[in-house]
Amino acid sequence: MALQLSSKQVGWVKAVVFVLSLLPFARLVWGTASGEFSDPLAAITNGSGEWALYFVCITLAVTPLRRLSGWNWLVKLRRMIGLFAFFYAFVHFVAFLWFDHFFDVAAMLQDVWERPFILVGFIAFILLIPLAATSTNAMIKRLGGKRWQWLHRLIYVVGPLAILHFWWMKAGKNDFAQPILFGTIVAVLLGLRVWWSVRRGKATARA
Amino acid sequence: MLFKRNPNGIDLPYPSEITPQAIYEGRRDFIARMAATAAVGSGIWHMANREAFAQDGQKLAARANVALSTDEKLTPFKDAAGYNNFYEFGLDKGDPAENAGSLRTRPWTVRIEGEVKKPLTLDIDSLLKLAPLEERIYRLRCVEGWSMVIPWTGYSLSNLLKAVEPTGNAKFVEFTTLADSKQMPGLRSGVLDWPYVEGLRMDEAMHPLTTLTMGMYGQVLPNQNGAPVRLIVPWKYGFKSAKSIVRIRLLSSQPRTAWNVSAPREYGFYSNVNPNVPHPRWSQASERRIGETGLFQPKKKTLMFNGYDQVASLYSGMDLKRYY
Repeated sequence: MALQLSSKQVGWVKAVVFVLSLLPFARLVWGTASGEFSDPLAAITNGSGEWALYFVCITLAVTPLRRLSGWNWLVKLRRMIGLFAFFYAFVHFVAFLWFDHFFDVAAMLQDVWERPFILVGFIAFILLIPLAATSTNAMIKRLGGKRWQWLHRLIYVVGPLAILHFWWMKAGKNDFAQPILFGTIVAVLLGLRVWWSVRRGKATARA
Repeated sequence: MLFKRNPNGIDLPYPSEITPQAIYEGRRDFIARMAATAAVGSGIWHMANREAFAQDGQKLAARANVALSTDEKLTPFKDAAGYNNFYEFGLDKGDPAENAGSLRTRPWTVRIEGEVKKPLTLDIDSLLKLAPLEERIYRLRCVEGWSMVIPWTGYSLSNLLKAVEPTGNAKFVEFTTLADSKQMPGLRSGVLDWPYVEGLRMDEAMHPLTTLTMGMYGQVLPNQNGAPVRLIVPWKYGFKSAKSIVRIRLLSSQPRTAWNVSAPREYGFYSNVNPNVPHPRWSQASERRIGETGLFQPKKKTLMFNGYDQVASLYSGMDLKRYY
């Protein structure tokens, strides 16, 4: 029997998830302000990047989790989690523009162009912008559900790009434990979708 | 906007602001007062006083070598002893301070062999007595883009190399770090081929700046900083300065060094600090000075040879973009 929640209960879950999602950010602010971080710029850059990746993974996990558990209310959390993925990616990008280039956009773009590792991360961030911008109900209406859904499949591209960016970053130290872990998670989450769509295709063909 | 990071809010005098003779005394005074303030204890100081960061190691007396020292502001001890790359004890910056307690630094011997007339095996006490100990305040620039200013205690490596009488074939020096999985949990990771090996050209190794180091901040090296004996080569990226050395070999050909084997495109044999040669994944033109650089304090410009211009003649005629 799948767990079903009333809309009031979902509201509570959302509030809790919202606060939890802000904790990593609060940690970065506190560690920097208190002087606890020896290297605050590196801590902010790395921390925001890691959490952007985690939230991309969580966003991608919502639909499979809902299908497997039957917890349909999970979809009501998806927008917020997706926006947190954008939020942490935005902090990560600002950290790069601020700390690495002190807001020199030309120097930043040159860096993006010269370093494939940064280019890949940059593209992933750029692709998240239209998703965040069209996350409101009004935009869903304006675009129409079908077109909106197609646009939001960009997250299927963002996930692997984020993994590649992370992989490249760790490659210099041959430290692949985490890239392999998150690469596997993204592969499974995307693989499930392919599997389901193939099965649906077959079912439709038989019908 | 300047954010001074002085945890106790008092503007203490730095040794660099006092006359040379007072450098040594003034630093001690500064440390004593920091320790006293720590007793009062804010949250930061609570952190700083955790065992691994506590500045209560065995004292190591040394004469200040003012000529070789910078007068820049010292990096706080808690950062120098708490923010480390020492992969034998884990990959995160805080791991070495947390895990290096398992390193047994006594008894400890260093074998010096290879292209020498008098191979030697020295224990740590003999090494401490081989030449007068000096305190040298050097800049340390990590290849990752951060830097510190650290008072090291030791003497020029040349003292040791002369003692073993290098043969005419000695062109390079290889340094090997201890690799004991019982003491070093990080060896389980496949990040590098253990043991950690580093190397210098003979003239680099003989340069007076190149320091065989047994202490920092007036005390014996904390384990996480490469106890009981390490190398410091201040004009090269930090990873060239091998920690917890058990063997020094003089060789006729260039040794295979750990990072160069692992990622040859990213880490060259020379690895001189060079703002004009970017790392493949980031620029080396500037650096974050630990304890100073913050959100509103732009990074420092990185200097050629980390500001140690006296080594430039070692590389005259060499294309340092090619030999990075």
